Amino acid sequence: MNAVYQFVVGPLAWVAWTIFLGGSLLRLGLMYRSVIKKDPVVFEYMSFKYGMRSILHWITPFGTVNWRKNPAMTVATFGFHILLFLAPIFLLGHVVLWDQAFGINLPALPETVADLMAVGVIAACCFFAGRRIMLPEVSFVTSAMDWVVLVIVALPFVTGVLAYHQILNYDLMLILHILAGELMLAAIPFTRLSHMLFGFFSRAYMGSEFGAVRHAKDW
Amino acid sequence: MKTITGHISKRKIDDVGLQHGVDNLTPDRIQEVVQQVLKGETGARLQAYSEMCVRCGLCSEACHFYLSHDNDPSYSPVGKVKQTIWPLLKNNGRVSPEFVYQMAQVAYTECNLCKRCVQYCPFGIDTAYMMQIVRRICHKLGVTPQYLQDTAQSHAATMNQMWVKDDEWTDSLQWQEEEARDEIPDLRIPLDKEGADIFYSVIGPEPKFRTQLIYQAAVLMHVTGQNWTMPSTPGWDNSDMAMYSGDYEIMGRLKQKHFESAMDLRCKRIVMGECGHAFRSVYDVGNRWLGWKSYPIKVMHAIEFYWELLETGKLKVAKTFDKTVTLHDPCNIVRGRGLHEKAREVLRAFCPNFIEMTPNREHNYCCSAGGGVINCGPPFKKTRVSGNTVKADQLRNTGAEICVAPCHNCHGGLEDIIHDNKLDMKLMFLIDIIYECMEK
Repeated sequence: MNAVYQFVVGPLAWVAWTIFLGGSLLRLGLMYRSVIKKDPVVFEYMSFKYGMRSILHWITPFGTVNWRKNPAMTVATFGFHILLFLAPIFLLGHVVLWDQAFGINLPALPETVADLMAVGVIAACCFFAGRRIMLPEVSFVTSAMDWVVLVIVALPFVTGVLAYHQILNYDLMLILHILAGELMLAAIPFTRLSHMLFGFFSRAYMGSEFGAVRHAKDW
Repeated sequence: MKTITGHISKRKIDDVGLQHGVDNLTPDRIQEVVQQVLKGETGARLQAYSEMCVRCGLCSEACHFYLSHDNDPSYSPVGKVKQTIWPLLKNNGRVSPEFVYQMAQVAYTECNLCKRCVQYCPFGIDTAYMMQIVRRICHKLGVTPQYLQDTAQSHAATMNQMWVKDDEWTDSLQWQEEEARDEIPDLRIPLDKEGADIFYSVIGPEPKFRTQLIYQAAVLMHVTGQNWTMPSTPGWDNSDMAMYSGDYEIMGRLKQKHFESAMDLRCKRIVMGECGHAFRSVYDVGNRWLGWKSYPIKVMHAIEFYWELLETGKLKVAKTFDKTVTLHDPCNIVRGRGLHEKAREVLRAFCPNFIEMTPNREHNYCCSAGGGVINCGPPFKKTRVSGNTVKADQLRNTGAEICVAPCHNCHGGLEDIIHDNKLDMKLMFLIDIIYECMEK
């Protein structure tokens, strides 16, 4: 078990990070080239001021008409994304890894807080799953890939919580947790999770069109 | 309320143009054309939009079709994308002729390209852009609704939307000039006046059946002392149904002719009548197709022009319009140009009894006629009227006697909605009220 642990936390982790960072750079580079060649309109009309105006409205909870119309979704989606980033970065066990692998010193969250944050992410995933099943406008457009992506995102947190509370086999759960995390990292550039890479750009572009050309609000 | 999940395959509407088009198709031909458009005319935007959409459904509530069909998801913006562009991308363009019929029906008749959904998507995914790509593909496949195609044909043959012949155009202008001279004896509609400050352009339906608008505009120009002109030859029509049929080549010819007519006369700016789609075409779409980031000559919509006249004191209020009035914000000049506050300032100057409809401004519901949908003609009239009961409720709730809709397409669409829902409401253009209440 120890050898497996050493492998997933060592070489495999480097592979996952390489796929994540390299893949992201590659996707961004290819997208940039496609914009230049096929959609020059995007950079022609891109405006920093209006792009940021739009982004800031949309990353503010209840900052847009549609966020206000859907309060439950707003709380779930903002909670989900904030916790999804903060919990893994500042979790005590991960802070140790940051230091070991990259020599980065980060403050650690109290363990109970981190635990609750992970549970929060799982709860949000359940909420998203519930929407996919119960809301006709979501289920109509849901395909297998949407479930795969949801599972990929939920798995590191589910296994993390199980490992932390030593439910089932701790060693196995820890390895599964690391594998799940690595799978998520590697999946970001090549699945729907790529909205992490492109979402801000599309928002900024639409904000620019609405701000500089259409002189209208896009929120 | 029970939601019924429909599908475009369950609501086929017979249209000669669409049927004749698909009868000539084979899967090979379809794939060839789809790939031609996808590879040749699309890029990062389409790729990003289709890949990163997380299928959250948050855009649904933006669409009047969705709301008016008891939240049937097959009418939601993302639902329309699912029934059109996703299968095209997934199958690399290899789809059946029947699928092409369905995607044409969705893109041409169940989406007004109003872009309200863009304001509801957290990523700003432009569903209207994707529907335009579908239309472009359908146009290249020869699968277009017959009435819309006829309009595009008229554009191609006559450079105007309604088969108006060259002599009929000048006849209509002279007729309106003569009528107006009964009221103001020295009024002229100056044709081809070189160096005029204003090149005034209108859409095809004005000389054809809304000639009073030309009359009223001429009175406004005369009374406020404008140095203006209209061209006597093609180039006078600023409208553009080719933009909506997906025939961008014709759109380019139209916009070029329109701009060049103004530039040939060395006019200082183009002022356009109260039309929304024509403004979109000149201000935002056709210019880009021609390679202009903005436009070679200043372009102004009528609302902004009225506002300017009011601000500079050239347009004066003689009496107020006492009926209760509400304002419909047309997508192409509000979501497309931000003229909502100016429209209100003009309206409030004349109408003390102004009532807002809810939602309003950028968030107003579409008329369901725009985007070329009304131009798809009688076969699809029910689609757009029953597809917009939410608009009828919105109008009814204002309790206003008059609805001002400063856009031709909105007028056509709202007229049908008002009639069909037996609303006690009359439609007017802004110039109708200005003409009635201005100091002459």
